Amino acid sequence: MDYEKKAKEIRAEILKMLFACQSGHPGGSLSCVEMLMALYYDTMKGLDPKDPKNPERDRFVLSKGHSCPTLYAILADLGYFPKSDLASLRQLHSHLQGHPDCKKTPGVDVNTGSLGQGASVSIGLALGAKVQKKTWKTYAVLGDGECQEGLVWEAAMSAAHYKLDNLTWMLDYNHLQIDGSNEEVMDLGDINAKFKAFGWEVYDVDGHDIKAIDEALQAPHNGKPKFICCHTVKGKGVSFMENQFGWHGSPMNKEQFEKAFAEQEV
Amino acid sequence: MGKSLRVAFGETLAKLGEENENIVALDADLANATQSKYFKEKFPERFFDMGIAEANMVDTAAGLAHVGLTPFVSTFALFGAGRAYEEIRNSVAYENLNVKFAFSHSGLSVGEDGGSHQSVEDIALMRVMPNMRVIVPADPKETEKAVRCAAALDGPVYVRVGRPVVEDIPELDEKPFEFGKATVIKDGTDAAIIACGLMVPIALEAAKTLEAEGISTAVINMHTIKPIDAETILKYNSKVKAMVSMEEHSVIGGLGSAVAEVLAGNAGAKFSIIGINDLFGQSGKPDNLFAEYGLTAEHAVEEIKKML
Ligand SMILES: Cc1ncc(C[n+]2csc(CCOP(=O)(O)OP(=O)(O)O)c2C)c(N)n1
Ligand SMILES: [Mg+2]
Repeated sequence: MDYEKKAKEIRAEILKMLFACQSGHPGGSLSCVEMLMALYYDTMKGLDPKDPKNPERDRFVLSKGHSCPTLYAILADLGYFPKSDLASLRQLHSHLQGHPDCKKTPGVDVNTGSLGQGASVSIGLALGAKVQKKTWKTYAVLGDGECQEGLVWEAAMSAAHYKLDNLTWMLDYNHLQIDGSNEEVMDLGDINAKFKAFGWEVYDVDGHDIKAIDEALQAPHNGKPKFICCHTVKGKGVSFMENQFGWHGSPMNKEQFEKAFAEQEV
Repeated sequence: MGKSLRVAFGETLAKLGEENENIVALDADLANATQSKYFKEKFPERFFDMGIAEANMVDTAAGLAHVGLTPFVSTFALFGAGRAYEEIRNSVAYENLNVKFAFSHSGLSVGEDGGSHQSVEDIALMRVMPNMRVIVPADPKETEKAVRCAAALDGPVYVRVGRPVVEDIPELDEKPFEFGKATVIKDGTDAAIIACGLMVPIALEAAKTLEAEGISTAVINMHTIKPIDAETILKYNSKVKAMVSMEEHSVIGGLGSAVAEVLAGNAGAKFSIIGINDLFGQSGKPDNLFAEYGLTAEHAVEEIKKML
């Protein structure tokens, strides 16, 4: 696959969707494009757009649920629903809700949107697979601001306690949240050291390098839950959005959309 | 030109900060959304962004109140009344501590963010706690009065504010705001609509339609949900033949329930509750959602005519 071209196509879809609904979250959607591509195109097993509920499939939890346009664009690309549905994002009666809704959208495994909860739900999925002696894996993507929730650390502790070596969390480490940078709002400190201390196997990669993410996804668990710190840029791929916390949840005007869209060269 | 109730809250909090140096403010990475940013900009040394950690924020506020400060806590209604419920209940209300909660993005009018973010249960959650007082302002001017009232009261108070820009209601704003006392915006002898928050202008619209058909309709703004104004409710219960309540909240546990609790055991008007019918919300524009869930003037008119 031409990763670069595909990433641009996904970003173009995200921008179209968010411009159409004049709401939603561009910054964090653009930062996790490569992370979700590595999962959906290269890593996760048992995915079948014709049978989205296949019980043997790997599970995915977008714990930073506000970034769902990225997930929707990829699911549409894989054929879970028609690409034309993307234009209905966030509209009344659309199956594409403002935050992931597994009862409405084919291919969405778990509802998220309230930060921290997806992390804990992923513990239950992985634990459930163990109890039922299943070999499918659980993956979750978390935000850095999200890691300020106490719930995330309760979950992290339980994952190590139950030796969930079938669970991988990926951190979208873009350093920004709503009110500013992590450092200004609530410093995360040395996040990798914290996960190591909590008993996780820790990897650290460039979150826009799909090959590097793939390698970390394939790397051994060594009997532990795996944490992949993915260094990313919020608003990645749109020059005027990159590293600007103001683009967390702001709508684009027509001029901004046209510029952003043109930059994807699709 | 209107403004959102959250902006009215933010501006008022900043003014209060000037008048009372005991006031401190806490937010959970939503200062730019709840509008506590106005206070943050003016009094950075008295503002604490606690990060995305609502439970810790509420207990921290309890600690600040213990040493004599007056904390204002803000976040979205769902993450405050929801995620941090038990912290509010045990660390604040149980001790009757002087902590104020101003939660924004309440109800369906959150809009496109959808059901995970639309709190349709926060009035119920906050109302059920002993010691908690609950105020639901209807327009920007009333929001300023509500926030000032919360600051002046001793003990915990919840002020519910919303996301969208709304217009001031002149008929309401010319009347005085009295905590625990409903504002009768207009009197009527056949029917009464008891409303709160963004339903108040819709109730006024319904009354207009009914009046045009010869049905004299009172509109009562029940800004204080707790303690509820039983006197006014009972007065209209014996005066009119049909009453409805209207709220941007579940029909279970909110304004309608509070009114029904007062009416229980009393003969009088027929009463019906308009609200969200035990359902979660979904993505959409606020006005479309109001129509979808029956929070409309037409629905109120229909309910009242059914009862008369
Ligand atoms: C429990 C909870 N509190 C607050 C919010 C509101 N909120 C939505 S996104 C966001 C910031 C998220 O920052 P981060 O996790 O870093 O996400 P990213 O930068 O990847 O977009 C906040 C505070 C929420 N969705 N859930
Ligand atoms: Mg971030």
